[in-house]
Amino acid sequence: MSGLRKTALWRVVSTWRGGLSLAVMLLLALAAVFAPWVAPYPYDIQNLSATNKDPSMGHWLGTDEFGRDVLSRIIFGARTSLAVALTGISVSVTLGMCLGAAAGYFGGLFDRAVTAVVDLTWSFPEVLIALIFVAILGPGLYSTMVAISIAYLAQFSRLTRAQIMAIKNETYVEAAANLGSGHLHILFRHLLPNAITPVIVAGMLATGDAIILEATLGFFGLGVQPPKPSWGAMMSSGTAQIFLAPWTILGPGLAIAVAVVSINLFGDALIDALDIRNRVRDL
Amino acid sequence: MAEASQPAVPLLQARGLTRVFSSRASLFAKKRELAAVSDVDLDVARGRVTGVVGESGCGKSTLARLVLRLLEPSRGSVAFDGIDLASVPAPALRLLRRRMQMVFQDPYSSIDPRYSVRDTLLEPLLVQRAQLDAAAQDARVAGLMSMVGLNPTLAASYPHQLSGGQKQRVGIARALAMQPDFLVLDEPTASLDVSIQAQIIALLEKLQQDLGLTYLFISHDLGLVRYFCNRIVVMYLGRVVEILPDPEAPPRHPYTRALIDSSFEPDPTRRRVVTLLHGEIADAFNLPPGCAYAARCPQASARCRDERPVLAQDGAHSLACHHPLC
Amino acid sequence: MALLDVSDLSVGIGALQPLDRISFALKKGRILGLVGESGSGKSLTAMALMGLLPLIGARVSGGSVRFDDTELVGLPEEVYRSLRGRRMALITQNPMTSLDPMLRVGAQIDQVGQLHLGLSAAAAKASSIDLLRQLRIPDSATVHQQYPHQMSGGMKQRVVIAMALAGEPELIIADEPTTALDVTIQAQIIQILVDLVRQRGLALVLITHDMGVVAQACDQVVVLYAGRVAESNTVDAIFARPTHPYTQALIACIPRAGQAPGSLKGIAGMVPSVGSYAPGCRYHPRCGKAQPICQGEVPVLQLQAEHRVACHFAQPQGAHG
Repeated sequence: MSGLRKTALWRVVSTWRGGLSLAVMLLLALAAVFAPWVAPYPYDIQNLSATNKDPSMGHWLGTDEFGRDVLSRIIFGARTSLAVALTGISVSVTLGMCLGAAAGYFGGLFDRAVTAVVDLTWSFPEVLIALIFVAILGPGLYSTMVAISIAYLAQFSRLTRAQIMAIKNETYVEAAANLGSGHLHILFRHLLPNAITPVIVAGMLATGDAIILEATLGFFGLGVQPPKPSWGAMMSSGTAQIFLAPWTILGPGLAIAVAVVSINLFGDALIDALDIRNRVRDL
Repeated sequence: MAEASQPAVPLLQARGLTRVFSSRASLFAKKRELAAVSDVDLDVARGRVTGVVGESGCGKSTLARLVLRLLEPSRGSVAFDGIDLASVPAPALRLLRRRMQMVFQDPYSSIDPRYSVRDTLLEPLLVQRAQLDAAAQDARVAGLMSMVGLNPTLAASYPHQLSGGQKQRVGIARALAMQPDFLVLDEPTASLDVSIQAQIIALLEKLQQDLGLTYLFISHDLGLVRYFCNRIVVMYLGRVVEILPDPEAPPRHPYTRALIDSSFEPDPTRRRVVTLLHGEIADAFNLPPGCAYAARCPQASARCRDERPVLAQDGAHSLACHHPLC
Repeated sequence: MALLDVSDLSVGIGALQPLDRISFALKKGRILGLVGESGSGKSLTAMALMGLLPLIGARVSGGSVRFDDTELVGLPEEVYRSLRGRRMALITQNPMTSLDPMLRVGAQIDQVGQLHLGLSAAAAKASSIDLLRQLRIPDSATVHQQYPHQMSGGMKQRVVIAMALAGEPELIIADEPTTALDVTIQAQIIQILVDLVRQRGLALVLITHDMGVVAQACDQVVVLYAGRVAESNTVDAIFARPTHPYTQALIACIPRAGQAPGSLKGIAGMVPSVGSYAPGCRYHPRCGKAQPICQGEVPVLQLQAEHRVACHFAQPQGAHG
């Protein structure tokens, strides 16, 4: 089974779209992980005599209203965005797959109950869910992560459930039951491996959305709190000097765009390579 | 076939086995019930091949699954080697499954395409918690593969790299992995070409002799059943209509007669005269009160339409008919 | 004179040659059985005869097909269309896919009469109902108004046969018409087809993998293996004195009541797929009589009256050897 996926990965990477987007994603990830070594300055060093400076050799993207290096803040901001988005989506995928698998496999009333609850989360816009959690838990890292976990749950749950239901009546599942397999064995060995691929791709695309959600919260000051930098918050404070120092908005804005576009492109390339268009798009 | 002497207790005994499926066309429609299997009594003798033959809708596939407890019966009981399967707790049932296995019809869907032959053959050991070290595992896989006539070098292959016949051999090897006593074969050759079908039947014969297996052989192909089986159970719309004690026994039930007449022999000097039946197969959801075959039977009388014939034993031959042919 | 005369017909798909020099002839009122396992090219032959190869990206790469003195190979599509459904009809394997689920079955049969025979709607309907009655469908007027999903498999297949007959064809090609059906229904339908051929003087090419059906219904038999004719002969001769090793082995593969247990052997090896054919005789990897010459030379068809065999070592075997 891994043989099949290896060749698919190669097919993706060998295209312009797949290879380039993967490179950009890796670049961002590495920059985020090694931020203290990659960023030219720490993100909170203020230099009140050099506020709102244009891009220069010393500051590739200029400085903000407190004289902090915009580029460094963007690199550290990547940490926030990626960490929050990836954690949130990972939890969402895990939770969604568990619920969806259980619903699809056991069926009956349990399925209807789970589907009803999941559909409920589906019907709320992500921002609204995020605001609800911020109201309950207060602004910050954790409420953003929880919000992301809940907001994107539905699609993973539905995808998994659909995959499970499509396969659970296959003869080889019956054969496994015939051998004396318990439910867990059947789920993990025969059913979930088939569900994983479309869910992973959906998860990847959702990560892009999660980054935007995190930035949106940050824009309104409801996300990660200062002095920790976040792209959204940077854009928000940048609005005050949009004509004076446009780089303070454009920088983080471009960062968000590059991150999300590269993730989406890679996800698209994966879909094409794995030829699971039908399964992911028709949610 | 291995003509083993018949011990007193059959390996498998089913009594009054019934399975009803209900469905509902829409929320407001009435619930409809389908008795896929009705009141089936079945004995499977040790070391012998019992055949179950019938056309679509006769319930033979459902019967196969009831016998192995892959489906719960709505009524009735199944006893394997004297043990009532309904009263057995789940862990004991799991162990019992080592002794009774199934070979499925469609080799293309009965093996998980994501796993190699080796993984598929080791799965039974995994499920049954039979710990073997790597060397013993390799030996077991190789042993199973050569038992079914597969080249052991194919162990690392995936199902899509195998032919239909090879896939079916993997299915048989998997069923044999825990050394069962009893195999249920659900149309094991129906999806295969004639030349491959004969290969697989020859293999099954050899295995039965070498390992002393008991078979329940399910098929729609009467010619094959008459070649392969010692005893033949004929089913129609969920009920047993006749049990022939041996393949040469003359049929007494008109349906069995019709089945035999419809199985053309590969011999142009012995062409059949096909009497065109009138009437259609009864709607399984709406079975008439009497004999289900009455609508198509040339001998049907008023009694047949009102009163359902009960399966009665006459020596080794059983029959459910008011107007037997002989 | 033969109504259908196929001579050295070859079919190519891309660089592959799945059918190689198929020849047979069929007269009116006779039934020809085209027998083979999967990959033998039976369905491809049917499509070639009906001019439907472009649908699957294939083409006739050689040979000729003469239908009542008209050469079909290279015939322009408009002319072919006037033949299809009118003088030659095709019955396919799966009635589920031959019928439009959105239309009543009667309408689908009526269409044929209206299109090909220029019948009025009323005349077509009367004719269709009569056809259904001849096919022993009870209550045919009611059935005429039903939708496919309301009918059983056997009924649907009879409707498909009615559609094939509605144009009053002279030649019917039936591609595994009963494989998907229950055995008692199969027997009925085969008998109906045989009766129709005898009564109306039609010609029928019956494509099947079932030697029992062949023995029951056919007058002459063509045995295909891997896209080539292995043997062709009258039905009596082919069963009584099979000459090609494949024919002999194929007949021996069929289990019979009373046959000694353990005597069923099968043919070793696998049915070859297109693209993996052996050089020379395509059967030689599985043949018990293979010699080095079989790998090199493609065996030449030998003509002996109605009997043709493609084998270097053709030797008749006694009945049911």
